[in-house]
Amino acid sequence: MSTPLLELKGVTKAFPGVVANDTIDLSIAEGEIHALLGENGAGKSTLVKIIYGYYSADAGDMSWLGEAVKVSSPAHARQIGIGMVFQHFSLFDALSVRENIELAIAAGKTGDELSQDIIEISTTYGLGLDPERDVFSLSVGERQRVEIVRCLLQSPKLLIMDEPTSVLTPQEADNLFEVLRKLADQGCAVLYISHKLEEIRRLCHHATILRHGKVVAQCDPTKEDTRSLAEMMIGKTLKPPAYELKQTGAEKLVVRNLSRNAETERSISLSDISFDVCEGEIFGIAGVAGNGQTELMEMLSGEILADDDSVISIDGVACGRRGVRARRQLGAAIVPEERLGHGAVGSMSLVENAFLGGHRRFNLTRGLWMNYANARKFAQQTCDDYDVRHAGIQVDAGSLSGGNLQKFLIGREILQEPLVMLASQPTWGVDAGSQLAIHKALLDLAARGTAVLVISQDLDELLELCNRVAVMFAGKLSEPHQVADLSAEKIGLLMGGAELESAKGVANAH
Amino acid sequence: MRIKLVPRQTHSKVMTWMTPVMALVLSLLSGTVMFSLLGYPPLESLYAFFISPISDLYGLSELIIKATPLAIIAVGLAMGFRANVWNIGAEGQFTIGALTGSALVIYFPESDNVLMLPAMLILGVAGGMAWASIPAFLKTRFNTNEILTSLLLVYVAILILSTLVHGPWKDPAGYNFPESVIFQDVATLPIIVPGTRLHFGAIFALLVVATGWVLFSRTLAGFQVRVSGLAPHAARYTGVRSDRMVWYVLLGAGGLAGLAGIIEVAGPIGQVQPLISPGYGFAAIIVAFLGRLHPLGILFASLVLALSYLGGEFVQIKLGLPLGIAGVFQGMLLFFLLSCDVLINYRVEFRRPGTKSSASSA
Repeated sequence: MSTPLLELKGVTKAFPGVVANDTIDLSIAEGEIHALLGENGAGKSTLVKIIYGYYSADAGDMSWLGEAVKVSSPAHARQIGIGMVFQHFSLFDALSVRENIELAIAAGKTGDELSQDIIEISTTYGLGLDPERDVFSLSVGERQRVEIVRCLLQSPKLLIMDEPTSVLTPQEADNLFEVLRKLADQGCAVLYISHKLEEIRRLCHHATILRHGKVVAQCDPTKEDTRSLAEMMIGKTLKPPAYELKQTGAEKLVVRNLSRNAETERSISLSDISFDVCEGEIFGIAGVAGNGQTELMEMLSGEILADDDSVISIDGVACGRRGVRARRQLGAAIVPEERLGHGAVGSMSLVENAFLGGHRRFNLTRGLWMNYANARKFAQQTCDDYDVRHAGIQVDAGSLSGGNLQKFLIGREILQEPLVMLASQPTWGVDAGSQLAIHKALLDLAARGTAVLVISQDLDELLELCNRVAVMFAGKLSEPHQVADLSAEKIGLLMGGAELESAKGVANAH
Repeated sequence: MRIKLVPRQTHSKVMTWMTPVMALVLSLLSGTVMFSLLGYPPLESLYAFFISPISDLYGLSELIIKATPLAIIAVGLAMGFRANVWNIGAEGQFTIGALTGSALVIYFPESDNVLMLPAMLILGVAGGMAWASIPAFLKTRFNTNEILTSLLLVYVAILILSTLVHGPWKDPAGYNFPESVIFQDVATLPIIVPGTRLHFGAIFALLVVATGWVLFSRTLAGFQVRVSGLAPHAARYTGVRSDRMVWYVLLGAGGLAGLAGIIEVAGPIGQVQPLISPGYGFAAIIVAFLGRLHPLGILFASLVLALSYLGGEFVQIKLGLPLGIAGVFQGMLLFFLLSCDVLINYRVEFRRPGTKSSASSA
């Protein structure tokens, strides 16, 4: 076998509290489309940022075309022939395509000469870009092409794409795949980061699978199916539920035929979602991020209203057209996915943040007035009961660690003794100790009779907490399954969308 | 040596209140340079600008008269700015408020009903609200940028004023001057310090500041305004509807600007004229920011800006400098304030070129 283009040996990178990359080996050949697959938080982004010179590794070696190299900065990476297209674009809306590219290329061609090059490259790869168009008038897919052309103008040997299809429509994604295949044919290697299994199977020659910062498998994705890829990605060890399944009571949260059209190209349409969550039950919604969980949560919380009252009922009251306050009044508590900026305001104190979720059910207001005395008591009680480590309840919420802030948010909602608890990613990015505390709090809450809904990407978490789990894929929700009946295979299938598609008789629609 | 801006861990509370002072000092320094370049003795000019106007009781009363509309408008604007609603058109709402309030006098010039003044004030508020409801409607219905619409409506309002005083509202006994009748006593705000022009409007300003302060810090509505500005998602999460918030803050700001407008014509001016505001509606934007969008800060800032108007008049009279000097000072103040505000979230670090910085500490 010839010398690989890029080779990593034993690359390790630790951040406070977590080893993001643990002795990772990776080898990419010229002209290869290499997938880097893993769940959120598996360490994919850290690894490519090391390759691209954003981070320096704590340990390990990197060689480029057979020679040891230490990439000191992104500029250095570009110089030796590594280009990267980020998930979030860095383009100036008010400038034209050519001007944007001109700005990014340190010392290069300008004006018509550059326009010629842009046209040449974009026709070679079927990118179809007009250099004089203003960026604001471009679609998301076209903007991505600008970024790609910007990389290609520097004739890279390796192009890193960070979850490129997360912002694309399916058609745009298909076009992108064509471009990447052409690139590979011309000898340019592509490192393709994604957690979308289907597209990796269609596109990539080789896959490296990361889990918890380690390489857990190498494979040829064309020879695997989505189920086996999912298994590798999430691991096979499914822990049995850690507690006795309880008898559950009446339905407290009922969702019937909930649909929502995507407002933007980046959001997901929800179609025909129905499920119930019963008294004393924890119901889990699993799925890879970006399959409509955020959109669903917005509708359940009442931040986005449904077209019809009947699609959502809380405690028997239809409330699809009623907003957040009405739903809280009916007994809902809500822990959104984003802690700062959604569940809490970072630059406000814990006392003020207590008002955010609690003012209705906790008498924190008297008429139009804020009752600071009660709010202080409530904030203090939340901190005491849920072991929130803080430097006083008057400190800004933003100064708390992720775990402590999350405990505060969970506590704030649980103390309201809700009938229905809606929690999205309750332990996302939270340290192990806080995670345990939050799990215990949710289990206790359900034991007291609350209907709890947990949306999470962490399968271990769902299997530990939930009575029943359903999986979201492409805006649809699978049938719920008793956790006791679930196997790794089953979950893998569901996460790849297999059951849904076969159930609907649509085998691999695209 | 290299100078670097390093982000702070949390925003600096000290700097929040220090930067207005720094901006003031920098404006004074630049003013010195400006006066010398123009060929005027800088210290004497600055004295004439900032000290002379307020060296006696009459001067102080004039200062308060000028600060009154500024403070009233700025409290309303601050409410909007806190909620990220950028009403730049207070000048227009001020003008329309002055007109709707004055309409009563124009149509009942002989009336001596004591309810005249309260009714005028209410109509003034309503007029300002109505004018502000146009950008509110456009924003919530069509997502039109309120900065543009509210600003453009200023010029419409001024044209309406101009049309009225040059036409139907002209005083029939006024020798064809473009001015309305002089308001009768029941339509004029009473003087509160004899021998000066200081009128009852100042009391309104204090009331507005106090109410604004309570509203901001003690009521749920004020809290929701703050949350909307700091974290729109969090506001939605507590059940604040963002389109309603746009309506509330625009109507609030418009109402207060309208109040300031009718207070101005029913107070120091006493009739409708082609020019009823030396740009109070725009200067109030500076007041709001200089006062840190806090009613108490606005009270002080309104006095500073009022002084710039008085000082402008003084240097014009004493030194023959153009009246535009006041605008120059106001502009500098806002410019320096906004630039200094970077220090709230960043601190300045000086580095010698030789020493390698500890990059990871940032």
